Amino acid sequence: MTRDIVLRVIGKILIPYALVFALYVQFHGDYGPGGGFQAGVVVAAAVIFYGIIFGLAAARRAVPEPLVESLLALGVLLYAGVGVAGILLGGNYLDYFVLDHDPVHGQLRGIFWVEAGVGITVSGVMLKIFYLFAGRGRDLEEG
Amino acid sequence: MIETGAVAALLALMAAAAVAVVRQRNLFAVVVIGGIYSFLMATALAALDAADVAMTEAAVGAGVSTVLLLGALHLVGSLEVKPSSGAALPLAIVLVAGLLVVYGTYGLPAFSDPQAPIHRHVAPRYLVEGPKETGVPNVVTAVLASYRGFDTLGEVTVVFTAGVGVIALLRRRRRPGGEGRP
Repeated sequence: MTRDIVLRVIGKILIPYALVFALYVQFHGDYGPGGGFQAGVVVAAAVIFYGIIFGLAAARRAVPEPLVESLLALGVLLYAGVGVAGILLGGNYLDYFVLDHDPVHGQLRGIFWVEAGVGITVSGVMLKIFYLFAGRGRDLEEG
Repeated sequence: MIETGAVAALLALMAAAAVAVVRQRNLFAVVVIGGIYSFLMATALAALDAADVAMTEAAVGAGVSTVLLLGALHLVGSLEVKPSSGAALPLAIVLVAGLLVVYGTYGLPAFSDPQAPIHRHVAPRYLVEGPKETGVPNVVTAVLASYRGFDTLGEVTVVFTAGVGVIALLRRRRRPGGEGRP
């Protein structure tokens, strides 16, 4: 944990905005630049920033590792699940037209969940890699 | 016109950063200059109106990978060992490969040429029909998530596989009662 008060204060101010910006990038990707990948990376960067300033243990308390590992798989399952939902509703794999009575609404729904899946997996993978790298150095120091 | 000048200035700064990375022996400085390089790249991409890629480059290239490289430096120490052989052969290979790549760009269509093949194949259909068919005004999102949904599923699977691979390599198994060994 850093003792630098400037970093700690700036971090506390900026991290919530980074997370909100990630949500904006995720859910406004239909209209503006961005989408699941960018949003997932920004979420991961915000938590990594938190981990650098307040220590790895604090980051692990805020976003526990079992959660990160579940997110990593959950996103892909969500994406693939949207495809299976298309089959169950009588279409082809990853066919969004059948997801709603109105084909255009079905497209919007499919894109929404698929992008959510991308964001979840990307943020999970980035965070997990950070935890592994940072944790490895720490463990070696102690051992 | 201003954009061309800005991109040229950014590319010149990136070239300077690349030379600095090569000449620098302190790896901590190399990682920091690498982050600066990524930020310059992100700015150049933003100037080229590629906002999505610029965002990704700023977050991944300058942010996350800089942190990961610093984490790696923490493990291996931050002074580069002096190379045992001379720089002549690697420099020659890099120059030849670089010139080949530059030569290859002469076969590409001019930048943002509307007559380029890539803009005349399926792109017009996406631009015209995309908003009507998907209801999504941002064509990039429509193409990525809907028209090219299978490709994106593959990409996400690649990211997932990379994450699982890193977990498999770096996770330390803790034996009951014993010290964890890498």
